Amino acid sequence: MISFGGFVRAARARGRLVVQPRMGMSDPATMRAGLLATRDAAATTVGTITVDSYTRVGDNTGAALALARGSAMNGYPITAHSRRTTRRVLHGLGFPVQVRHGSAMPGDIVSALVAAGMHATEGGPVSYCLPYSRLPLRDSVENWTRASERLAAVPDHHMETFGGCMMGQLCPPSVLVAITVLEALFFRQRGLRSISLSYAQQTSPAQDVEAVAALTSLAGELLPDVDWHVVIYAYMGVFPRTPAGARRLMAEAARLAVTTGAARLIVKTEAEVHRIPSVAENVAALEHAGDVAALCTPAPADGRDTETYAEARAMIDAVLDLDADVGIALDKGFSAGYLDVPFCLHPDNAGRARSYLDQDGQLRWSATGSLPIGGPSAHRRDMTSSDLLAALSYMERRCDTN
Amino acid sequence: MRAARSPEQLDVVVTSTASDSHTWNLVYLQLTIEEAGHRVHNLGACVPDDEVVDECLRRRPDLLVVSSVNGHGFTDGLRLITALRSCDDLRGLPVVIGGKLGICGTAGVHGELLEAGYDALFEDDPELARFRGFLDSLVLVRR
Ligand code: B12
Repeated sequence: MISFGGFVRAARARGRLVVQPRMGMSDPATMRAGLLATRDAAATTVGTITVDSYTRVGDNTGAALALARGSAMNGYPITAHSRRTTRRVLHGLGFPVQVRHGSAMPGDIVSALVAAGMHATEGGPVSYCLPYSRLPLRDSVENWTRASERLAAVPDHHMETFGGCMMGQLCPPSVLVAITVLEALFFRQRGLRSISLSYAQQTSPAQDVEAVAALTSLAGELLPDVDWHVVIYAYMGVFPRTPAGARRLMAEAARLAVTTGAARLIVKTEAEVHRIPSVAENVAALEHAGDVAALCTPAPADGRDTETYAEARAMIDAVLDLDADVGIALDKGFSAGYLDVPFCLHPDNAGRARSYLDQDGQLRWSATGSLPIGGPSAHRRDMTSSDLLAALSYMERRCDTN
Repeated sequence: MRAARSPEQLDVVVTSTASDSHTWNLVYLQLTIEEAGHRVHNLGACVPDDEVVDECLRRRPDLLVVSSVNGHGFTDGLRLITALRSCDDLRGLPVVIGGKLGICGTAGVHGELLEAGYDALFEDDPELARFRGFLDSLVLVRR
């Protein structure tokens, strides 16, 4: 299979944004049809196999049972399908395919993808534990250490950190930037040399531009000996309900990716708020993103002189000071509350930091707990259920009614 | 186990299903139920069936609320209610389920879930008023 990192590098040299779907179906024939349609879409694409929820939590029996009963799952059960089946799904595609999975126990998934001839995946010890699992963070770090070392032994390997997404919404950008950089450093320490760093579009275009600039600067400083690029995720929170609203939001994501100099964009579709998208809806989203990208011009800025950079840098330095091993440092960093993700229910998250949306749609801290950044340490007023719903549906309101 | 409380106040356990890691739905439901005057214990994401059963046996709540949006809610919910109802002590426990239960919507799964032992089923968003009404009826029945 063509190298994932190499493909992105080559596209970048030609000034093309690589676009990629979040696609996964349990039926092998449908999965292959989805990959072929992705490859043939009128845009510069790489393919995705998204893994189902049973496989993510290590319930291989559940995945096998669903297959036997013929009940459709929310993704491709890569460990329940045989290596031969997956090889047939991939046969002769001629473009790179990445496995996306959301598992705090990625060992079997990484073995299966390597056995099927692939070399690119994503996740991370924090970003695939806190939002995806009830496993202790320490166990996830250990599982991710083994899986990363396994992948590092594969020529052409590529690993993307999911740290720029976390809960998908209402997390101030500095924490996302800090986690994605720290996970990249974790991967580097485990021997991986081709790494992408993620950032998920949030509620304010101005704040997003600043965050990606800060992320790009930090990656340049801290990953000198790594082949790295930045990947943008189209909005990961509650999506607009109308097709026009969804397209507007996705266009903003494509513009963010190109203007900040990111190399790759993962799209969402008009079906997002309703259900798993069809292949045709995915292709439409990829082509829409590619068309918008072609109309935008890169204008990357130096991110070092920004608030997001200062906050992220303070968190990164505080965590790295805790231990020479980045995995141990991450675990200690969460215990200490130096990293704290608002609204995350995982027992290893301190849960003392809280965020809100200001009048311009920028994410702000209402409480910083023990984050090493100053600011209000305790919050003034609890959110009601309608406050929460209003914050979660901010983008839906902004895009659907404009 | 329980502190003294008024008969209007229900002890409610909120849980996800074994394969579902979404939690914004759980946070939102917890706030909604607390605002109606009740107490909530939130079990969080990806709770294995055994753990839900054990927590219910230990806490003896007045209501169990199951929420799932990842598209496996129908299958996971069916397995969970079968485990709960096969436990003698939990046969009479009020249990409801809601969310985005199938990968193609909720159509067609209503009957089977109610048949298997759920006391009520709630679809995606428009149903919160009905859910609040359900909480009120539960208080009335207990008095
Ligand atoms: C944020 C998000 C995530 C975050 C979640 C972080 C976290 N830990 O919570 C991340 C990025 C990690 C994530 C991951 C995944 N996600 Co997700 N996610 C979303 C998204 C964008 C928003 C959800 C949200 O925050 N809603 C806000 C809350 C308040 O609303 P709600 O969950 O819709 O619940 C409402 C009602 O359903 C109702 N309700 C819910 N439960 C109950 C119960 C009762 C009793 C009652 C009365 C009411 C009720 O009340 C709520 C308020 O109205 C939705 C799509 C969307 N809505 O735009 C997809 C979505 C839910 N995800 C989806 C999927 C499939 C996944 C994944 C499996 C990955 C994949 N294959 O794509 C993984 C989950 C892995 C796993 N093990 O389950 C699908 C589900 C498809 C389906 N049901 O058909 C959706 C719809 C996206 C899509 N179109 O594909 N996700």
